[in-house]
Amino acid sequence: MKTKATNPLSKSLLAMASLLALAGPAPAFAQEAELPAWVDTDSERRGYEIAIRSDNSDNGFGDSRVEATMTLRNAAGQETSRQLSFQTLERADNTVGDKSVVVFHTPADVEGTALLSHAHILEPDDQWLYLPALARVRRISSANKSGPFVGSEFAFEDFTAVELNKYEHNYLTTEAITVAGETLPTDVVERFPRYENSGYSRQVSYIDQTIHQVRRIEFFDRRGDHLKTLDLGDYREYGDGIWRAHRLVMTNHQTGKSTDLVYGDFEFGVGLTDNDFVRGVLERQY
Amino acid sequence: MRSLMRTLKSLIMPLLVLAAVIFGASTALSQGWDVGGSIGAEARIFPDDPAFAGQEDGVQTSIILEGDFRWRSADRRHQIVLVPWARLDAVDDARSHADLREGFYRFVGDELTVEAGLIKVFWGVTESRHLVDIINQTDGVEDSDGEDKLGQPAIRLTRQTGWGRLEAYLLPGFRERTFPGIEGRLRGPLIVDTDAPLYEHADEERHVDIAARWSHYLGDWDLGLAAFHGTSREPGFVPSADGQSLRPVYNIISQLSADVQLTRGAWLWKGEAIVREGQGDTFAAFTGGLEYTFYGVTASGADFGVLVEYHSDGRDSDPSVAPPTSFDNDVFLGGRFAFNDMNDTSLLGGAVIDVENGSSAVLIEAERRLGTHIFVEIEGRFTVNVDPADALAVVQDDDAITLRITRHF
Repeated sequence: MKTKATNPLSKSLLAMASLLALAGPAPAFAQEAELPAWVDTDSERRGYEIAIRSDNSDNGFGDSRVEATMTLRNAAGQETSRQLSFQTLERADNTVGDKSVVVFHTPADVEGTALLSHAHILEPDDQWLYLPALARVRRISSANKSGPFVGSEFAFEDFTAVELNKYEHNYLTTEAITVAGETLPTDVVERFPRYENSGYSRQVSYIDQTIHQVRRIEFFDRRGDHLKTLDLGDYREYGDGIWRAHRLVMTNHQTGKSTDLVYGDFEFGVGLTDNDFVRGVLERQY
Repeated sequence: MRSLMRTLKSLIMPLLVLAAVIFGASTALSQGWDVGGSIGAEARIFPDDPAFAGQEDGVQTSIILEGDFRWRSADRRHQIVLVPWARLDAVDDARSHADLREGFYRFVGDELTVEAGLIKVFWGVTESRHLVDIINQTDGVEDSDGEDKLGQPAIRLTRQTGWGRLEAYLLPGFRERTFPGIEGRLRGPLIVDTDAPLYEHADEERHVDIAARWSHYLGDWDLGLAAFHGTSREPGFVPSADGQSLRPVYNIISQLSADVQLTRGAWLWKGEAIVREGQGDTFAAFTGGLEYTFYGVTASGADFGVLVEYHSDGRDSDPSVAPPTSFDNDVFLGGRFAFNDMNDTSLLGGAVIDVENGSSAVLIEAERRLGTHIFVEIEGRFTVNVDPADALAVVQDDDAITLRITRHF
């Protein structure tokens, strides 16, 4: 039996997959949508509309492939990095979650470790982890939400809970912020998790007014204290209105640790199908 | 003569592996292969005096080498994988051995994936016993957990359909199980003479085995059904004519198996079952249980998992009729602590306990990364409360602590 059987990497792998959604593209316009039941006030309605305009932009990329480097840094400035690659298949229907495969290339002892994820909107995601040492695919639990993974400052839910309807939204104000040297006017929208087991009482997102992308998210813990800040920078446009952030920095204010996630160039339309996102493909990812 | 034969035999695989390494490395340099590998140093410490004549007392050291060469075409349809492996053991000649763990060509077609060569395949869901896993032979001198495997010559065809994954296997060569030699610990009073195996079938190790598997997932459920016909990977044993050793007996068996896992919240429910014909009376065996994980048990976000599995096995207890097993009526209790830190630190502890006589095999494993390239593991294997009639009795003086440091490239 191997200790590594439920490798903590699993969480980070899944998380990485969903980061694609977090760094997701912008919509041209907010779609007319029926307002959810929790919307009572004008600020909630405005918050929801800003969020949906940003969220709808997730649709339309089809499939993609990208390489990334994740750098973990502790309070003393010590660093360690991981190289990963992602393949993502967008579902035709936005009531169903995306499918993704994430493969670790470094550290060398986990090379070839791969995670398949079938995301769902309301139900828990389905996840399978491949461990090359045993050539074994394991179905793993997706019940954890607030735990860290492999010492990174990203929590499981930071990646999985990116769907619009996992939150109640509330518009706060308009504010100019500076991210990665760029000063932008943004709409500030707070959001409250509606799903169970969240480690957060609320989040505050800063959505820029030009390309409608999330530029910053502040996370508040269950006690209401400011826990972390995620800055999303280096947005680049692929084709028509598909935007991707290429540099994500998560800083934990309580521990002084931080994690960078830097993407290479995204490839869209690589021709992936459902058959590329079944458990059997995990063993041939590297 | 026998020792000369053994020496020659033991040289063949290292030479093959060396050839593979040179081929792999040289090709890699020229044509964009992905090259990796590792070097490990291991010390296995036996605190107790050996029980049998000839066994090493004290520390068993060895070096482990592994290469990893991978190539794939730009369209990802063609792949070549070479994983040469070798252990050089300072004590036990039988534990010094080399293997091509994997060495195959893969074609990924639209309808069919084809693999040909030495492959490594894992079937199953449970943790403390791998009951349905049958394609690869166990490299028995490596560890007692049965998770180290020899590369299996195979042609495998895989087809993904809307109702699951279908695999068909043609297995044209049999690999004998490896066993400790005279100097080795973790053996019985008689060594297993791997130069004198007995095969039920006249084709011996050239018998062509076949297997098929269907696997699928439906919501929270993962299911697998499989069939195998051919040479049993597990041998039975008969004494040699001079009574100085045991000869492994490899029967032809037919086996049907099922494995299932239900994943619900923090619960994993797992079961594996087989029915096997060909080793005495047809028998069934079962392994099943659960794993529950407590998330975020520390401020830094560590997880603690609890494992419980039950084993039963209806095979004949005569080792000349059916391969011996220590999982006849046993319970596994274990816990796994994952720190979720940047070094992937984790701890595992557990015991397989015989329900009838209380004999227990205890395992403890700890591991973490040091820096970027170095991985450190500590493993403890102990026996507790051993009944003289239990299968564990012969190894009760072989408690061991293993330290392993591996440098990855």
